[in-house]
Amino acid sequence: MSLDPCDRCEELMQDFLDRTLTDQEWKEAETHLLGCEYCARRYRFEETLRRYVKLSAVERMPPGLMAKLEELRGLDATA
Amino acid sequence: MGTVVRMSEPEPATEARRIAAEARDRARFEEEALALADQVYRVARRLVGAREEAEDLVQETYARAFRSWRSFTPGTNMRAWLLRILTNLNVDRGRRIQRTPPTQSLEETDYFLANKVASAAGEEALEEDLVVERLSQDSVVHALSEIQPQFREVVVLVDIGDFTYADAAQILDVPIGTVMSRLHRGRRALKQKLAEEALT
Repeated sequence: MSLDPCDRCEELMQDFLDRTLTDQEWKEAETHLLGCEYCARRYRFEETLRRYVKLSAVERMPPGLMAKLEELRGLDATA
Repeated sequence: MGTVVRMSEPEPATEARRIAAEARDRARFEEEALALADQVYRVARRLVGAREEAEDLVQETYARAFRSWRSFTPGTNMRAWLLRILTNLNVDRGRRIQRTPPTQSLEETDYFLANKVASAAGEEALEEDLVVERLSQDSVVHALSEIQPQFREVVVLVDIGDFTYADAAQILDVPIGTVMSRLHRGRRALKQKLAEEALT
């Protein structure tokens, strides 16, 4: 039994965003997204969410940590 | 009378050159490793709960890396090598709660969060500006911290650390298929947590 086209698109969505689909699957998802506003909106949402999660989760190294790491240089294998 | 040649003792000049070359290799290794510190910290920060813990973990990682620099193969992926040390130390320190198969509730679909947002605020709310308005950065960080560690570490490596599936598999010492399935499940779990936190 074949899936509803939107269910199929949902199934392919994460791999579509990861660019890990086969050429045939990619074409299938792309064709559906071009003709389906419901899935196209969800595609844009998923893409935004990925970027936003990364933006939110990335925290710069605290000042002072690099100096502590520099001090570790030259550590002996037996230390 | 023939000349006696001692084969076991290198010429002092040869030995000095070898030592100098090794010192140069080591300094180059350390420079390259330190240049990656911010990226290593970025992953550590999201694997553990507190900033201080992340700092300790990064320091332990570099201490071990600097001690065992000879075991790194030049030309291979140093970022993945450092993260392999870091994730192993994280396990050693007992930060991973358990290594048994994860039991996250996974009945939700990939569109779950999008559908929740759309049903709460309409289809237009799925557009970029409105998504950012609805989900605070704090809620994202908190939701990420709530995911089971085995899922979280893969999401952190791939979606935040930009590691490939293959690198994440090497770092965590699991098959690539395990990385893919944990990643999909981790992303779904994250959406579920975000829906609980941000939309209720």
